Amino acid sequence: MGLTAVLKKKTKFFTIDVELSCPDGETLALIGPSGSGKTTIIRMLAGLITPDEGRIVYRDRVFFDSARGVNLSPQKRKLGYVFQDYSLFPHLTLYGNTAFAAQDRRDVGPLMGFFGLTALRDRKPNEVSGGERQRCAVCQALARNPQLLLLDEPFSALDVVTRRLLRNELKKITETRTFPVVYVTHDITEALFIGNTVLPIVAGSVDREWMERIVAPATEPGIRAKAARATKLALAY
Amino acid sequence: MELLPLYLSAKLATVATLILIVIAAPLAYWLTNFSWPGKSFVEALVNLPIALPPTVIGFYLLFILGPKGSVGLVWESLFGGPLLFTFTGIVIASIFYSLPFAIQPIKASFEKIDPRLKESAYVLGLSPAATFFRVIVPNSINGIAAAAILVFLHTMGAFGVVLMVGGSIAGETRVASIAIYEAVEAMQYEKAWALSLAFIPISYCFLLLVNNLTRK
Repeated sequence: MGLTAVLKKKTKFFTIDVELSCPDGETLALIGPSGSGKTTIIRMLAGLITPDEGRIVYRDRVFFDSARGVNLSPQKRKLGYVFQDYSLFPHLTLYGNTAFAAQDRRDVGPLMGFFGLTALRDRKPNEVSGGERQRCAVCQALARNPQLLLLDEPFSALDVVTRRLLRNELKKITETRTFPVVYVTHDITEALFIGNTVLPIVAGSVDREWMERIVAPATEPGIRAKAARATKLALAY
Repeated sequence: MELLPLYLSAKLATVATLILIVIAAPLAYWLTNFSWPGKSFVEALVNLPIALPPTVIGFYLLFILGPKGSVGLVWESLFGGPLLFTFTGIVIASIFYSLPFAIQPIKASFEKIDPRLKESAYVLGLSPAATFFRVIVPNSINGIAAAAILVFLHTMGAFGVVLMVGGSIAGETRVASIAIYEAVEAMQYEKAWALSLAFIPISYCFLLLVNNLTRK
């Protein structure tokens, strides 16, 4: 069950070659340095980039299968996708953005309430802060009632305090949902906090030693031991 | 001052502009967002009226819209009347003549839209057509309005094409630019002055509006 993917894609500098899986109700954090291929991976899951080879299956639905020539459009994958920034529609209010693709408009009010956006519902994206915009982007993705939630460094453009606040809110809400969440970040703390599983990606491939090297000098031995295993990290950092 | 030619010019420009925006917006979107073999040939063909003298365009249209031309033949069999020397004829001619002037600014405003908005709409389940109407058009409305004004002014001033296809029939095809030309030829300078003067405030105000729209 959940999401499984085998992806191969040649890029300018390296070949992405990864296998990943994320059970329903869990969060997979993709971590790695900038330019390591994380965003390309999540865009392949969304259908915004076509892999050269591979297979993406969610439950019993095949999103992509190069061998069988299956490639569902992003529209048909029924996703929630949160971009790093600029993904809200500038001509709509925060309410209009959240309700844009809402499956049930009655969900919009409570969702906005959860993220503290009720008072800002009639403001346009350029009239609110970056943190409020990203809160709204998460609301927009969730209002669609997606079967899979993908987040591409959603909070990386925000200040540290807002970032911490938002990831707490996100964790709280994703824990109540039954769909898999794939979360891309270059922030190790964030990955360990959000992810039930952490997958370190370096130059397009899974590199567990890289994470061990990054975590080792910075944190206490208990965390280090868990990080070394790299997968199945279910800790509150 | 004789108002009929001015009224005809305004009517021609309004009708042609409305039709052109409806044709040009999706065409510009197609040219901006999709690639296919031979796209550059289509693009060059659409832009050809910019490079051709209006009389040359008018000359070809005279044959195409004429009773023996392909469009003229189809039109006559459908509606039983000719296209040449009619108001409808000069509307069609103006559409060909002004198409690139509508496409270029609309395309420029589409290109200014962050491509991530389109991706965002796609992942939210919108088809390319729904994305066009719900995301692209509302976010380039100023550019489309500016294009409409430019096309309106361009058609208001059309002379060579209109003269070739429409001639100069009072109340039907004698638009202001042709009336000015004929007044000068007949040495009725007062009439030419009055009509010409009417263009200046209209054009000036519209251009002010374009500047405001494109600055935003």
